[in-house]
Amino acid sequence: MLQAGEWAYSDKLKEHFMNPKNILQGENTDDFDGVGMEGNLQCGDQMMVVIKVDKVNDVITDCQWKTYGCASAIASTSVLSEMVKGMTLDQAFHISPKEVAQELGGLPDHKIHCSVLGDKALRAAINNYYTRNGKEDKVKQEQAKIVCQCMSITDHDIEDAVLEGARSYFELQERTKLGTVCGQCKDEAELLLEKFKHIHFGA
Amino acid sequence: MKVYFDHNATTPMHPEVKKEMIEAMEMFGNPSSMHSWGREARANVEDARRKVADFIGANDREIVFVGSGSEANNTVLSLFVCGTSQCIVGSKMRSTIITTRIEHPCVLETSECLAHRGARVKYLDVDRYGKIDLDQLADMLGDDVGLVSVMMANNEIGTLQDIETITKMVHASGSLMHTDAVQAVGKVPVDVRRLGVDFLTISAHKMYGPKGVGALFVKKGIPYCPLIRGGHQELGRRAGTENTLGILGLGKAVEMRTLEMPEEEARMLLLKQTLKNGIEERIDDIHFNGHPTDSLASTLNVSFAGVEGESILLYLDLEGIAVSTGSACASGSLDPSHVLLATGVNAELAHGSIRFSMGRGSTLQEVEYLLDVLPPIIQRIRNMSTAYIKGGLHAASR
Repeated sequence: MLQAGEWAYSDKLKEHFMNPKNILQGENTDDFDGVGMEGNLQCGDQMMVVIKVDKVNDVITDCQWKTYGCASAIASTSVLSEMVKGMTLDQAFHISPKEVAQELGGLPDHKIHCSVLGDKALRAAINNYYTRNGKEDKVKQEQAKIVCQCMSITDHDIEDAVLEGARSYFELQERTKLGTVCGQCKDEAELLLEKFKHIHFGA
Repeated sequence: MKVYFDHNATTPMHPEVKKEMIEAMEMFGNPSSMHSWGREARANVEDARRKVADFIGANDREIVFVGSGSEANNTVLSLFVCGTSQCIVGSKMRSTIITTRIEHPCVLETSECLAHRGARVKYLDVDRYGKIDLDQLADMLGDDVGLVSVMMANNEIGTLQDIETITKMVHASGSLMHTDAVQAVGKVPVDVRRLGVDFLTISAHKMYGPKGVGALFVKKGIPYCPLIRGGHQELGRRAGTENTLGILGLGKAVEMRTLEMPEEEARMLLLKQTLKNGIEERIDDIHFNGHPTDSLASTLNVSFAGVEGESILLYLDLEGIAVSTGSACASGSLDPSHVLLATGVNAELAHGSIRFSMGRGSTLQEVEYLLDVLPPIIQRIRNMSTAYIKGGLHAASR
């Protein structure tokens, strides 16, 4: 229950919104070793993440960003930029939206999708670094593909839900909350549901 | 400083309304009861009915008290698909409804629902200022059309439609006319006889009255069927024991509007012009939404290129200023304002829109405070935005 005067957001999120950390100043990204951009203006969310890398140890020494988006989007990118400093590229690549949301002290359900773009942009920046430095072999494609942008549900989540017993679109929604905001992912989700049912249960 | 510039969302109750409601708090009788308690409540309800009727130039018996503007709109639209042979009202109704793309969701979603239940719904487009096209309306009208529903003043951009002319066209083709006047009544003069409409929707809390009460004007002799059944209240037109205190508050609210409205428009226009000029002088790459002249004097809607509206709203909130936005992020959906998109602005500008809606308590000092606070906020958000290109609005809005 929201108290009067209280935000729908956590104090930590509010702090990162009021005083965002590591904003990229200006347009120039030449000083950085990797640049990644995700999202689009149509949906109201776009993020750019740039990183500096200690090339001997493959450790991120600096991470800056720009974000076009709401308070959750701004705070998510801000907190992410703090989290990844000092991480190896491999560690940073595996940060999940859930960890970002946790670090922010939680996000309201309808804002979960705002935290997805930041780590996608980060992975794009890491891949960009590998490409620039002749390490194409290390470029990793998105391991999980987001199906439901709104609730940040991936094909892996759908597979898990099927393995846990979801057999219909309704049951899939009950377990994952997929397709409960804009509903645009319904067709794709139903195809995946059938696919995983077939793979795992021969149905 | 605390600044409330969100009067189109809701208004604070007028002190006189509050006073009258507090004084009437002991009144608990059911207006349907014949004893003295009931008669007291009945007298108050009927007194309010007279005030509301007078305010819009109607007869007492043409006013139905309801629970909200949304309920009034639902009631009117729902008359038009029944069509069962047992229903005297429904069977006579034509089953096509014409409305606009910029209506309140309570009209749009009800229309969609009616479409699923067999009605045909046609949507009027609007131009870049939010005005409907009368030629398109003329093309759509025909003997299949039962109802045309066009909002009088738009809640987001303030654009006013020429309801009088629209109604003449609608009546000439034998259809009935409804206008959702929730944002207009109490801000601009509304006279149902001059407008000629058959149905008109009113809400109390948009004009310094209490929440949870509205009124529907139903012209005498127009077919009608209640949305909420099971009681003789409101002459059988809306079942449920009357919200006596709320109705009394609505009556007082329109009484106060009658006194205060005449001087108010000029003051509102001055505030809006000051705000508009100030924003134009101090902030680059902006776009004003809504009609430049045929618009509510108290509503200003601005899009800021490269900035997402929810972040503007929340930064302003931290400075004590309340506004609203057409951004998707603030609404819980992924689509920005359907009204702004209908006027042809692109999604980015719709996401970056802010509505300032002033009211009877708003002052020039508040506008000046806002004008001090807003430019650095926009600058700050643009500095961290991937989407802002200085001078890029022209390119972006194409």
